[in-house]
Amino acid sequence: MAKSALLKSSIAKKYWMALTGLFLCLFLVGHLLGNLQLIFSDAKHFNDYALFMTTNPAVKILSYLTYISIIFHAVDGILLTVQNKAARPVGYAKVNASASSSLASRNMAVLGTLILVFIVTHMANFWARMHFDENMPIVVKEINGGMGGKQRVAVGTKESPNPYFQIDENGRFGTKILEDIKTQSMGQYDLAVRDLTTVYNKKDGEVIFIGQKDLYKITIDLFKDKKWGMAATGLYVLAMLVLAFHLLHGFQSAFQSMGVTSRKLTPIIKTFGTAFAILVPALFAAIPVYIHFFLK
Amino acid sequence: MASKKNININLKIWRQKNGNVKGQLVDYKLDNVSTDSSFLEMLDQLNEQLVSQKQEPVAFDHDCREGICGSCSLFINGRAHGPDTGITTCQLHMRMFKDGDTIYVEPWRSRAFPIIKDLVVDRSAFDRIQQAGGFVSVNTSGRTIDANTIPVPKENADKAFEAAACIGCGACVATCKNGSAMLFVGAKVSQYALLPQGKVEATQRVMNMVRQMDEEGFGNCTNTGACEIECPKGISLENIARMNREYLKASLK
Repeated sequence: MAKSALLKSSIAKKYWMALTGLFLCLFLVGHLLGNLQLIFSDAKHFNDYALFMTTNPAVKILSYLTYISIIFHAVDGILLTVQNKAARPVGYAKVNASASSSLASRNMAVLGTLILVFIVTHMANFWARMHFDENMPIVVKEINGGMGGKQRVAVGTKESPNPYFQIDENGRFGTKILEDIKTQSMGQYDLAVRDLTTVYNKKDGEVIFIGQKDLYKITIDLFKDKKWGMAATGLYVLAMLVLAFHLLHGFQSAFQSMGVTSRKLTPIIKTFGTAFAILVPALFAAIPVYIHFFLK
Repeated sequence: MASKKNININLKIWRQKNGNVKGQLVDYKLDNVSTDSSFLEMLDQLNEQLVSQKQEPVAFDHDCREGICGSCSLFINGRAHGPDTGITTCQLHMRMFKDGDTIYVEPWRSRAFPIIKDLVVDRSAFDRIQQAGGFVSVNTSGRTIDANTIPVPKENADKAFEAAACIGCGACVATCKNGSAMLFVGAKVSQYALLPQGKVEATQRVMNMVRQMDEEGFGNCTNTGACEIECPKGISLENIARMNREYLKASLK
């Protein structure tokens, strides 16, 4: 009995919706704090943070939990919508729904679907580029070269406090540059690039240099793009508006679903939930707006 | 006097011969309806008119006509029990409508409430949920103890009484966009969960009632709160939360 009771029953579906939803609320807070560095910090700190987030094992576990939560939340939502539609095979000719419930509470499935579309777009724009894009730029620094001229170098993260490495005009380790270094070092190295940013010696597998991906640059570029920057900013703000409505119902609803209610607690949860639903999406939305309109 | 004492109205009423055939909304005109009459009295007046025209009268549920039996249903102008709160349809008065209004009258819509005829639906799904656990077992061997000998905290007694005010009319299911019966079941579970007499069977009760509710084909609750607004007895959402707690406790046992 207990097995299906905690998986399939109508109340179990509430629990899962609530628990995954609340976990995703925590994720939002973490994500927001990271994003706010785009306004309150600089490129270096933001990129260091991005590197930490893509390499730290604890973060990896959290990120898998987040993916699972999103999938579970969405699948549960689809199940609910299908079953709830089936619970009323013949509809009413006239429904005055606004007399008894809020707009957000009646449209959680639509809002949720829009958020899912946003998440996929968002991950294609940043997450996929960070992980798979061969043209992902590397953090670049201009230094004075040996002959007094300027040299483009990548900012690395390994081997030395100033692990610079030459890069080409596209911000990548060009084949020509690798050949040059090979020649200069008189055959000591047979250099190659792996994982887009790592230069290693093919002879013994030794890692010579790890370049740092420039997430800051692609973020700024997206929202400052001459052609699409305005559209990207507008759509981002719109998505946050959708998120706000979803949270407006979802946050307090999760506590009701878990049975966490009381005369003292419920008003606090509702007030906090409303503040959360407005503040978190608003701060998220402020970032691309700041980048597009105010960042020099 | 500002408002007219008698009004003329247009009705769009769901007519359906039985559960096996398709139904449809049929238009009726009804003149000289007193604004002091109840909605059910207005339907009586319509039926008299239909009978005198040798037409089949509209079938609708009604019994006590004083808001306590839970028989009368009707989805009126898009709302369960019509455009007022805290009332059943027999307590809805025609003064809520204006001269010339068009009024939609539809049956409760739910897979678990099949239509018997016209506006009459079969609400025995509620009875089966109740039979699954909505009771306490009492020794009736002749040495029955008076219920009042067991002390009950006043607050709990009040809350149990408020939950027990549910008349099982089905407005919660009818108004819920998901066709969920959780307010009804929540009230029935709470009524016993709050009292010492109900503790004995608390675990099986909530499990069995929820299982029966799911089997009957009601939808899932998404906390829109529409049920609470339309409930004629003001049953609070708190009862659903209490059921959620009871269910979690029971399913972890």
